[in-house]
Amino acid sequence: MFGPLTCKSGSSRKNKTGPWRTESRPKFLKKNCIACNMCLLACPEACISGQGKNNYDFDPDYCKGCGICARLCPKQDIEMIKEECQ
Amino acid sequence: MKTLFNSGHTACAGCGQSMAARLVIDAAGPNTIICNNTGCLEVFSTKYPETSWGVPFLHSLFENCAATASGVESALKYLGKAETVNVIAQAGDGGTADIGLQALSGMLERGHNILYVCYDNEAYMNTGIQRSGLTPFDSNTTTSPIGPKSTGNIRPKKPMPEIVNAHGIPYVATASCAFPLDIQRKVKKAMSIKGPKYIQIHVPCPLGWRHESSLTVSVAKLAVETGLYPLIEYENGVLAAKRQITLKPVEEYLKVQGRFKHLLKNPDELKKIQGIADSNINKYGLKVSVATA
Amino acid sequence: MRELLEGSMAVAKIVQLCKPGVVSAYPITPQTHIVEELAQIVADGHLDAQFVNVESEHSAASVVLGASAAGVRSYTATSSQGLLLMAEVVFNIAGMRLPVVMTTAVRSISAPINIWNDHQDAVSLRDAGWIQLHAEDIQEAVDLHLIAYKLAENKSIMLPVMVCMDGFLLTHGMETVNIPTQEEVDKFLPPYKAPYKLDVENPMTLGPLVDPESYMEARYALNETHKEALEFIPKLAADFSKAFGRTYNGLIEGYQLKDAERVIVAMGSTCGTIKEVVDELRKKGKKVGLLKVTCLRPFPANAIYEALKSIPKVAVVDRALSVGSFAPLLADIKAAFFGKAKRPKTISSFILGLGGRDITKDSIKEIFRLMVVKERQGEFIDLKPELLKDNYEDTL
Repeated sequence: MFGPLTCKSGSSRKNKTGPWRTESRPKFLKKNCIACNMCLLACPEACISGQGKNNYDFDPDYCKGCGICARLCPKQDIEMIKEECQ
Repeated sequence: MKTLFNSGHTACAGCGQSMAARLVIDAAGPNTIICNNTGCLEVFSTKYPETSWGVPFLHSLFENCAATASGVESALKYLGKAETVNVIAQAGDGGTADIGLQALSGMLERGHNILYVCYDNEAYMNTGIQRSGLTPFDSNTTTSPIGPKSTGNIRPKKPMPEIVNAHGIPYVATASCAFPLDIQRKVKKAMSIKGPKYIQIHVPCPLGWRHESSLTVSVAKLAVETGLYPLIEYENGVLAAKRQITLKPVEEYLKVQGRFKHLLKNPDELKKIQGIADSNINKYGLKVSVATA
Repeated sequence: MRELLEGSMAVAKIVQLCKPGVVSAYPITPQTHIVEELAQIVADGHLDAQFVNVESEHSAASVVLGASAAGVRSYTATSSQGLLLMAEVVFNIAGMRLPVVMTTAVRSISAPINIWNDHQDAVSLRDAGWIQLHAEDIQEAVDLHLIAYKLAENKSIMLPVMVCMDGFLLTHGMETVNIPTQEEVDKFLPPYKAPYKLDVENPMTLGPLVDPESYMEARYALNETHKEALEFIPKLAADFSKAFGRTYNGLIEGYQLKDAERVIVAMGSTCGTIKEVVDELRKKGKKVGLLKVTCLRPFPANAIYEALKSIPKVAVVDRALSVGSFAPLLADIKAAFFGKAKRPKTISSFILGLGGRDITKDSIKEIFRLMVVKERQGEFIDLKPELLKDNYEDTL
């Protein structure tokens, strides 16, 4: 007999951490983005994707609203805005 | 985005370790087996039935990832897969410098082809911010708390990079969340070398260090720029590279973190910490140019 | 092939024939000859295995855990302090359902430090979840290792197995043993096919955090598998008998039980001595017998019940203590009879042979004598009262 023993690869994606956000969420202005890729690299949730200028965005299903991306962006092209009730 | 460390893990918002862990495994690639000690990373990324990991992942105990990794690497040698599959052993600072030191030393001495990554958030964070051998001097933790008779942790950080380097292994490096691409460069470089490798990554912990979650990268940068966390590489025992810094006074780094707040009005302690920074700068020859106002 | 071999050499030989891919151990008396011989076997090119010299027993167990998790048959051996040092890894391996086989050269536990044989080390870890088998002689030690791998790696069992052999008495004793050929071993023991493992072709996570919502089921499954092992072990032993001609039950062995009025229950090499005394006393018309317990975990309560239910007087020999309470084997045996309609009139408890104190035929005869009068509670045999004082100062 076997009980809980192993986990399937990548199964954490079932856990949507978006509801963790209470205060703010990022807004990708997509005006001055130079595609430096820093937001994508630094996001602890791996929820930013994109390629090419003004083409990056975040996945609200997983974003915890930490604000690192907004702080990091060398062009201030990401703003933290108030999280609204959906 | 495609990653081997998937979203949905339960790390704190802004966790430096989750950022670094993803950078490490994405640089290492899918032909990697990870052996991970108990700690924040393992707890928030592998809670049954969910795992963030897209590579084979083994968690055993708190102090034995270097030994289980040695077992995995030996198994791969036996199976004839040692050339195509990499092994990474991962642990926090406590799991590396304290309870895990014996297993790490044995692994290094035996010369296994394993990359050991130490995620240094400078305390036992998973159990509630207790002091470890890598907790910096004067840091306020729950087991080195401040009070009328104490200014915090009474010991400096254990010199892990030097201890590891003294084992005579081909590659030792420090890295930081401050420079994500540098983490990946060092991981890739380590993986191209045969034998034991060690990378110690400075990973800010917003909860334990008491800073805003958005400041993770900024705080890490200040640690480097004050000289308190030198970024260096040893190759075959010799200091081969270092990141040159623009010197900032240690107060710049200390004042953004709650764990050092008590020092700002204590010039004697500040002097001691500046002394640590200065000694690092001299020891590693971190070329200095004073930052303009 | 029949050879006169030291116990350690015989075990090293059978382990070699089982072809583990990773062997890792840390030296501790009296296990050293086993791992030294395996190191020589590897150095001579007779075994294709990674021999990993570790810096402690905790790491030895961790190395075999990692190797087994990677899908490779692995082996380690230890004793006493080493077994205790690796205790948390031992529990870990069982909980992770990895089919590691380990030899424990059974030895006493410090303090006081003593390197000689009793059962305290293995018995102290009986709760860990490993299947625990005790050998009576060197031949049985050899055979149990081969059975152990086949048992451990069975797809429905997937449990680690500890083969216990009395330190010095069996590890360093000499016996003429039958070592099977490689072909015979290969026929009985196929290569290990892991149902779950660390494999980049099929990545999974082993050893996750399991919270109160799911932990109990993992432990229930472990416990249930031990019950399943109770059914499986005799079947496997029967297969072994067919293949190799040596008969084992795997769980227990009854010796001269049929009309016995007095039976001693024991584990390990002491059973050899008891068998000789039984033979001697039987010649004099005394109706005595032995019940050997081979498998301590899973505890074969039913088999023991059936074997002893009609025996009027039973004495359990323990070579370990559960300090402050009933002796460990005695407690399990008594529990097997509680509430049953048919049971022995008395089940006595004797402690002997701690720290290598010699167990002689006279010691056994003493037990057969004492167990008749009344039920004995944890009585020590061959104790030296002159070494016992009420005050510390008097010991100086």
